[in-house]
Amino acid sequence: MKVTGAQSLVRSLECAGVEVVFGIPGGAILPAYDPLLDSSIRHILMRHEQGAGHAAEGYAHVTGRPGVCMATSGPGATNLVTPIADAFMDSIPLVAITGQVPRAAMGGDAFQEADIIGITMPITKHSIKVMDPDAIPTAVAEAFHIASTGRPGPVLVDLPKDVLASDTTFAWPSSIELPGYRPHTKPNHRQIAAAAELIRRAERPVFYVGGGVVKGRAARELRALVEAVGAPVVTTLMARGAFPDDHDLNLGMPGMHGGYAAVTAMQRSDLLIALGVRFDDRVTGDLASFALGAQIIHADIDPAEIGKNRAADVPIVGDAKAVIAALASSVGADASITPALYEPWRAEVARWHTDYPFAYDQDPDGPIKPQHVVSRFDDALAGEGIVVTGVGQHQMWASQFMRFNRPNSWASSGGLGTMGFAVPAALGAKVGRPQERVVAIDGDGCFQMTAQELATASIEKIPFVVAILNNSHLGMVRQWQELFYDKRYSQVYLPQEVPDYVALAEAYGGVGLRATSVDEVDAVIDKALGVDDRPCVVDFRVDEAEMCFPMVPAGASNDDIIVRPGVMPGAGEVEGSSPDHVVPEPYDEPEFVPSA
Amino acid sequence: MSVTTHTLSVLVANEPGVLARIAGLFSRRAFNIESLAVGPTEDPCLSRMTIVVSAEHKPIEQVTKQLHKLIHVVRIVELPHDNSVERELGLFKVAAPAGKRAEILEIAEIFKAQIVDVDTTTLVVESTGTPEQIASLGQLLVPYGILETARTGRVALGRGGKILRSPNPHPVPLEDLSRDYASDHHPAEPIPTRR
Repeated sequence: MKVTGAQSLVRSLECAGVEVVFGIPGGAILPAYDPLLDSSIRHILMRHEQGAGHAAEGYAHVTGRPGVCMATSGPGATNLVTPIADAFMDSIPLVAITGQVPRAAMGGDAFQEADIIGITMPITKHSIKVMDPDAIPTAVAEAFHIASTGRPGPVLVDLPKDVLASDTTFAWPSSIELPGYRPHTKPNHRQIAAAAELIRRAERPVFYVGGGVVKGRAARELRALVEAVGAPVVTTLMARGAFPDDHDLNLGMPGMHGGYAAVTAMQRSDLLIALGVRFDDRVTGDLASFALGAQIIHADIDPAEIGKNRAADVPIVGDAKAVIAALASSVGADASITPALYEPWRAEVARWHTDYPFAYDQDPDGPIKPQHVVSRFDDALAGEGIVVTGVGQHQMWASQFMRFNRPNSWASSGGLGTMGFAVPAALGAKVGRPQERVVAIDGDGCFQMTAQELATASIEKIPFVVAILNNSHLGMVRQWQELFYDKRYSQVYLPQEVPDYVALAEAYGGVGLRATSVDEVDAVIDKALGVDDRPCVVDFRVDEAEMCFPMVPAGASNDDIIVRPGVMPGAGEVEGSSPDHVVPEPYDEPEFVPSA
Repeated sequence: MSVTTHTLSVLVANEPGVLARIAGLFSRRAFNIESLAVGPTEDPCLSRMTIVVSAEHKPIEQVTKQLHKLIHVVRIVELPHDNSVERELGLFKVAAPAGKRAEILEIAEIFKAQIVDVDTTTLVVESTGTPEQIASLGQLLVPYGILETARTGRVALGRGGKILRSPNPHPVPLEDLSRDYASDHHPAEPIPTRR
C-alpha cells in the first residue's frame, strides 16, 4: 500500500498495539503528527518532553506494556534523556520516537540537530536510526520487541524528517529476525535442581525479590513458591507489590531505608534466593559485609547481572515466570522441603519485625508528621489504587508505610533516582489504568520539577491526586546535612509558602487543598480522593525536621542499621533484652568505597 | 605477553554505529581495550572485530556478558593465545643513510619483513607477524632511528576446524502487546495476613 513515511510510522504504531502516545510536536517530527489526526491512537500533548517520557514510564509500570513517547529533534530529543536513563536503570519498556533533521542536513549542525542516537547510546537497550522509509515498519516492530522482551528497557527510534515525508509502502512484518538478540528465557533444569537442593539444606533462607518479578509477570508463581517453602520475603523498592505486603511472610523493603527485619534477615540468612534483582548498593550497603553467611541462588534474565556484584552459588538465567514456576515444581516434588523446616527462623524474624516496626510519633497537637499523611492515605485506599512517587524521603515513607498487595500498583524511580518523576508518571499511570485511583506521594522539591504537567492533566481530564509532603526542604539532602555535615544546611530550603501550591493547582485548572494540622488530614484526604474529573493537589504542611529511618548510611554495613536516632541494635546483641546502642552524634559519614 | 590480555573475536552486524556502541561500552564500563581491529567477513551482513582486552578473569566475563547485550553483537568467542593464529602489521620508517642501509635490509630479511618505500635518507619496513615479532623488529630498528611507526590492531582466528559464524535464522513472532499483562499475574487466593 502506498503511504508516506509518516503514515507508515503511525500504521506501525497501531499494529504494535499502541493505544496512547505522550509527546510534543516540533519541526522535524511534524510529518508524523498529521496522520496521527486520523489514527485510533490517542496522543496526549504534554508540556515538556521530560513529562512525556515519565508519563510513558508510568503507563508502562502499571500496564506492563511498553510506553511510547514522541518528540522532535534537538531539544525535544535531549529533553527525553532523563526519562530514557530512568527507564534504562529500572528496566522499563519504553519506545521513544524522535524526529531528526533531514538526511542531507545530518552532521552539518543544522537547526535543532542533536545526535540523539549518540547521546543516548549508554542509556538505551537499543536505538535505531531509520534512513530508509521502507524500513520503518521493521524498525518499529524491532523497537517494540526489544523494549518489551528479555530484560525490558528503552529503545529509541530516530526518524529524519525527509524519511517521514517520503513515499513508501507499508507492510507489517509478522515476525522479526535479530540474530544478535535471543533472550535466554528457559532455565536450565540442572540449575533448578541445584537450587532446590540448596533450599533443602538451608536453615535461614530468605527470598530476595526484585523488579524482575514484576516485569516478568511472575507474582502468582512467586506466591506459590514462597508458600511452598515457607521462608520470609523481602521486596525491593522496584518489587513493591510483587508479593503481598499483608502476607505474614513479607518483611517489606530491604536496604538503606528498609525495615530492620528485612535488612537483618538478609544479613543473618544462610541462603538468599535472589529473583530478578541486581544486588544494588542501596540494598546491599557495603558489599564486603553483605550477608556474608549466605549462599546465593541468583536468577535473572540478564546474564550480566549474575555475578556482577556478588558471586552466585547457583546462577540461573531465565525468565522470572519460568524460573519461579520451575523452582516451585522442583520444591513441590521434594517432600523433605516443608515450611516446618524454617519455623525457628520464621519466629526469629517475626520477633525482629515486632520489635522494630516502621514507626513514628504523631503528637495530635504538633506538626503533621509526613508518615502520618502516608499512613492515612494507605488506610483510605485500603489496598486499592496505584501509588506513584518522586524521589527522596517521601518516597521511602510511601514504601515503608503503604501496603502493596498487587503487582503493578506501585511506580517509583529507583535506580536513577529521578526527582520530578511523580506528577507525569501518575498521569501516565492513570491513562494506563483509568479505572484505578492514582495517588502521587510527592515532595515539594520533586513537585516543582515537573508540575507543569498538571496543565496536561486538567486539559485532558486525567484525574489523580498529588499529595505534597511539604516540609519546605529538599528533605533527604537536609537529612544528610543534619547527620553527616554537622547540621550545616546548605541550599536545601524551599520556602513553604512559595509557590502557593493551592493557587498553583487552581491556576492549572485542578483542585488545590491544604492541611496544616493533624485534625485536617483525614477530611482533606477524603475530599481529594473524591475529585474524579481533574487533578487534585494537596499541600500537606508537614514537620520539616522529620527524618527517614531506619537508615544504613551510604557505604556502611547493613549490620550497622540505625533504626531511629541513637538506636543501633546491630552494635549490641540482637536479642530483645539487650540495651540499645547509643550512636554518637553527629554520625561520621563512612567513606564510600565503590565495589570492584 | 601479559597473562591478563584476552583476545575476543566478535561477529557484529554490519551496521553504522556498531563501532561506537562497542567503544562506548568499553569506556563506560571501565574495561581497557589494548587494540581493536574491524573488517568485513565472508558474510556481507557481518563484520568481525578482534578486540584485545586487558582484564582479570572475573571482569572478562563481565566484558563478554555486557557485549552480548548489544543487539548488534551476534557472536563472541575468546581465542586462547595458544590455540589461535594472531597477527599484527607494523610499518616502521627508519633513518637509513647510505652507510646503514645494508644492515637494516639484513635485519628486515631475518624477520621476513618487506621494504615498501625507499628514499635517499629513509626506508619504510613492513612487518606482519605476532605482536612479539613486530615488537622485536622494532627493538632492533631503534638504534638506527625510528622516525615514524604505524601498527594495526591484532587480528586473529582460532586454529583448526572450529568456525565462528552467524547462528541459523530464527525468526520470532511478535508479542501481542494489547494484552492486559498487569492483571494476569495477580494471585487470586486470599492473603494469609498477620494484620
